[in-house]
Amino acid sequence: MLSRPLDLDETLRLASEPGVRVFAGGTDIFPAAGDVELQGRFIDIGGLDACRGISRADGFIRIGAGVTWAALIAADLPPAFAALKQAAREIGSVQIQNRATLAGNLCNASPAADGVPALLILEAEVELRSLGGIRRIPLRDFITGNRRTLRAPGEIMTAILVPEPAAARSIFLKLGARRYLVISIVMVAVLLETDAGGVVRQARIAVGACSPVARRLPLAEAALMGKPALSGLGDAVDAAYLAELSPIDDVRATGPYRHDAALALVRRAVDLCAEGKSGGVA
Amino acid sequence: MLDRSSTTDFTARSAHSTVVTVNGEALVHQGSPLKRLTQVLRDDFGLKGTKVGCDAGDCGACTVLMDGEPVCACLVPAARAEGALIETIEGLNGLPEMQTLQRSFLRHGAAQCGICTPAMLLAALALLRRSPQPSEAETMDALGGVLCRCTGYRKIIEAVMNAHAPIADEARTGAAVGARVERLDGQRKVTGEDVFGADDWPVDSYVCRTIRSPHPHARFTIGDTDAYVAKHEGIVAVFTAMDIPGENCFGVIPPFADQPALAESVARFRGDAVALVVGTEAAMARFDASAFPIDFMPLPAVVTVEAALAADAALVHPSRAGNVLAQGRVMRGDAEAGLAAADVVVEGVFQSGFVEHAYIEPEAGFARRVGNRIEVKACTQSPYMDRDDIAKILGIAPEQVRIIPTAVGGGFGAKLDLSVQPFIALAAWHLNHPVRMVYSRAESIMTTTKRHPSLIRMKVGATQDGKLTGIDFRGDFNTGAYASWGPTVANRVPVHASGPYHVPHYKAVARAIHTHLVPSGAFRGFGVPQSAVAQEQLYDELALKLGMDPLDFRIFNALQTGLPTVTGQVFADGVGYRACLEALRPHWLAKREAANRFNANATGPHRCGVGVAGMWYGCGNTSLSNPSTIRLGLKPDGRLTLFQGAVDIGQGSNTVIPQICADALGLPLDRFDLVGADTDLTPDCGKTSASRQTFISGKAAYLAGSAMRAAMLRLANAGDDAPIAVRDGALLIGEGPAARTIELGAMPVNRRGFVIEVEETFDPPTTSLDADGQGEPYAVFGYGAHLAEIEVDIELGRVKVLHLICAHDVGKAINPTLVEGQIEGGAAQGLGLALMEEFFPGGGENLHDYLIPTIGDMPPVTSILIEDASSIGPYGAKGIGEQALIPTAPAILNAIHFATGARIRQIPATPDRVRSAILAAKGEAS
Repeated sequence: MLSRPLDLDETLRLASEPGVRVFAGGTDIFPAAGDVELQGRFIDIGGLDACRGISRADGFIRIGAGVTWAALIAADLPPAFAALKQAAREIGSVQIQNRATLAGNLCNASPAADGVPALLILEAEVELRSLGGIRRIPLRDFITGNRRTLRAPGEIMTAILVPEPAAARSIFLKLGARRYLVISIVMVAVLLETDAGGVVRQARIAVGACSPVARRLPLAEAALMGKPALSGLGDAVDAAYLAELSPIDDVRATGPYRHDAALALVRRAVDLCAEGKSGGVA
Repeated sequence: MLDRSSTTDFTARSAHSTVVTVNGEALVHQGSPLKRLTQVLRDDFGLKGTKVGCDAGDCGACTVLMDGEPVCACLVPAARAEGALIETIEGLNGLPEMQTLQRSFLRHGAAQCGICTPAMLLAALALLRRSPQPSEAETMDALGGVLCRCTGYRKIIEAVMNAHAPIADEARTGAAVGARVERLDGQRKVTGEDVFGADDWPVDSYVCRTIRSPHPHARFTIGDTDAYVAKHEGIVAVFTAMDIPGENCFGVIPPFADQPALAESVARFRGDAVALVVGTEAAMARFDASAFPIDFMPLPAVVTVEAALAADAALVHPSRAGNVLAQGRVMRGDAEAGLAAADVVVEGVFQSGFVEHAYIEPEAGFARRVGNRIEVKACTQSPYMDRDDIAKILGIAPEQVRIIPTAVGGGFGAKLDLSVQPFIALAAWHLNHPVRMVYSRAESIMTTTKRHPSLIRMKVGATQDGKLTGIDFRGDFNTGAYASWGPTVANRVPVHASGPYHVPHYKAVARAIHTHLVPSGAFRGFGVPQSAVAQEQLYDELALKLGMDPLDFRIFNALQTGLPTVTGQVFADGVGYRACLEALRPHWLAKREAANRFNANATGPHRCGVGVAGMWYGCGNTSLSNPSTIRLGLKPDGRLTLFQGAVDIGQGSNTVIPQICADALGLPLDRFDLVGADTDLTPDCGKTSASRQTFISGKAAYLAGSAMRAAMLRLANAGDDAPIAVRDGALLIGEGPAARTIELGAMPVNRRGFVIEVEETFDPPTTSLDADGQGEPYAVFGYGAHLAEIEVDIELGRVKVLHLICAHDVGKAINPTLVEGQIEGGAAQGLGLALMEEFFPGGGENLHDYLIPTIGDMPPVTSILIEDASSIGPYGAKGIGEQALIPTAPAILNAIHFATGARIRQIPATPDRVRSAILAAKGEAS
């Protein structure tokens, strides 16, 4: 069963019923169903005004839970969103980007979700609503493990909120075993904000597919502070700063390789970002 | 349920209707609003041009335009399509912008099997609407979501980028052979009208599903199936091994046949079929295999070759001691003495894993009983073999079985073996009702044959002056639970493992070893791509150790006419290997120089590499009869009917065979009507396999065309070279005063309505191999050599192929566009084998864990066609289907060594393996 409510209250009431699942882009729900008919009860949030569009208010850029990756790519956003847009272009294929949503990527909570590192460096929050009310949670807390989030039964994600960024630049690098339609072996997002003299005053680095949840690397970020944003900045990232990653072996790569590749990618992404270049595929 | 003003509520089982605007027409879907749009389009609206390849957004074959943008229809629920404008190939076929693109696809040979073609066209159309002359990068970005397994993508890129380019007027006259004739079955492929296995079935057909073992080895007991059927509405029957009227055993090589259609009490691999459940379409759409009454008791399983060969290993088949299915052996001279006499010896151990065919069309078809006959219409590469095995299983005569191959959406070897056929035939036979079946992607990957994993030890020696002296080769191939083509691999590999070189002392042994894993079978090359990885890397190492240029080393040792092969066969003509290598030389020199220059100045993580590798491959069965028969009839109206039973799986036999026949007869191609493979209509053209159709069926077509010509000339008592023409139901033979007109309408017709009918058979001359593997296993070999130019990211181990240059001796390129298509597609599969493809049974039965190259992975391919004619093939032609795949992987691996100094012994060379090899090589160097 699929319900397509047009108002939020009705949506939340339906969501409160046991066993009801939220249908956003469908790009994770259908593959999981195999080749039999999709069973169960779903609410389609595509028709909700509350989930629509990208807007700016109260110091936040609000990305509705129904916004697709293609819509994000087309949106006019500050330079700090470059990493997120580069990630968007590497998600699946054009066909997937036209359907899949940012919110779905977060709620699905795959360790290899390409959207997470780029949203972590934007210090995004997520907006969750239920009959009980509304709450906002930092993304870094929202995803708690492999396919696990803080979204409670009866709650739906209605938006992703990104604080208006300073004049920063950012970059995303993805490593996969092929071009297009590929699950990442490792991906990295970096944001750098510099002062008038070109010295780093804010650095954020996040790594995905190397731990159950993508992680920021605070030690590496700290190491960049106060340094000139020039080529070679990446050398400041020491292997020890990646100690909190815990990559596993799977069909795509071994854990030790992932660790090694993450270091190379972080250094490279920092350099490219410092040089003002763009990312994409490593 | 709910009916609120603010809520549109869709309830699955009530007769809810959804209105979807498709191609400008509002169509109503009755039923679940969660139904995938693919199914709504195909099943409810009859729009079969939208294909289903994976049901997961991984292949893009179901691409449609939704409000102008490409989406995977398999991921869109019916309800979401309401209010949107959906465009499918059927609606776009009428638009000039699409027709321009379709003509470009045909002109460039961008469609092979055609299963991905509608999706490619739609994705491309969306691109061309905003960018009429797209760059290569834009084209790749736009088409990156559609997988193609046949073409290697390059001709698709050319077709899209040049869709609006002016076309030179190329009125075609003269010979068909050698001309770039557009695929004769191409129009129905680019319009999405070709009928594949899942595209056609009688109304109200039942749907069949399998119950399969979840364990690699298990004993099982089936519970009360009558109660199960009674309890589940819409399920009409269950079939088990007890219901098989004939022999519950099939296999592509009859003496080795060992696979039960449905396992009897013991399942031997994860995915072994144990029962069938048949029901109505509605019931089976919700089929839940876990409700089936069956208990599995897992048994100890052997899942590696090492374990299977252990002294106390459980036997997969008690009759096969030591789990050895078959062994092949070739001995020439004294390998030990040859190696002892060498100045330099290199050796290595090489490994590869299961490789999945990953055609975009999963196995599918339907069967129906017609009186005391059974008709099976399904995708297959081998209609007559299917016929004989189905007859055996049903316990009926082969003549009671009719096999009608559908269009085949890629085969590459795995559609030689039975898949859905015994299931639908058995069910339809018992129920006397049509039964259809479509494998899911998971079922296709889990259960159909794979390329054999290999473990190869090889030692090669040469003298200081670079002359090969001896080879010792041992290969063990994991053949899985059932025989399939394991014996063929064991026999073919020792014959080929020298490569096309003169090797005086040679010993090669290959074994096919049973394990409790998915059966390995035929996959483009029958084990030779695996042995070539060992052989061509060791030749490189040997050359470098000798201080010789690797290309010169190969040229120096290249097989030539007059020199014996490792089986002692000596060819008097048609050995064009050396010419292939010579053709690569200018590219090799230039690219090697450029790579060295790049690397000398490299400061970043990238290094360039160039590698070459060669191959040979025998066309047709190894030392076994494998005839093809072609029938040709002349109708009273002057048209010719060509009964062409070679299944076209995308490679182009529907075009190449008529081209050959037309020139042999001396009439233009457009005089011919084609009757495609159907065991009731066409004589046996054997299987589409072993690179044999152009060579063997092509030769039969040549003989049939020649026989028809001779019969026509006899009517006029004309000389051999008299021209023949057809006009107004009459034959015009000869010219000038000697010209004769034969009125066809005045001639008697035979039972098929022909005034002249000829039938010709060709079976290539071979001899059996003796105990030492000496003899003449093939009448003709194809030869080739590839050059790979690559870039390696040495920090990440990621390899990007920049350019492939592929020289092939094809004897005669009957249709150069189609030959290039085979080369590009084969090279793409070789690239996948080298860099990314490995299937782990039980892990990743989908197309996002199992990776095949996408459009973004394929570099430009330069094909160099060498025509060193063989006196046996039609117009000198040899096979190309498998030849094209074999040298790509070793060429890439040799290029990795050039770039990094690291040797890759285990393929695929995934980023982690390449990085490890680089670190290991550095460790050795320091």
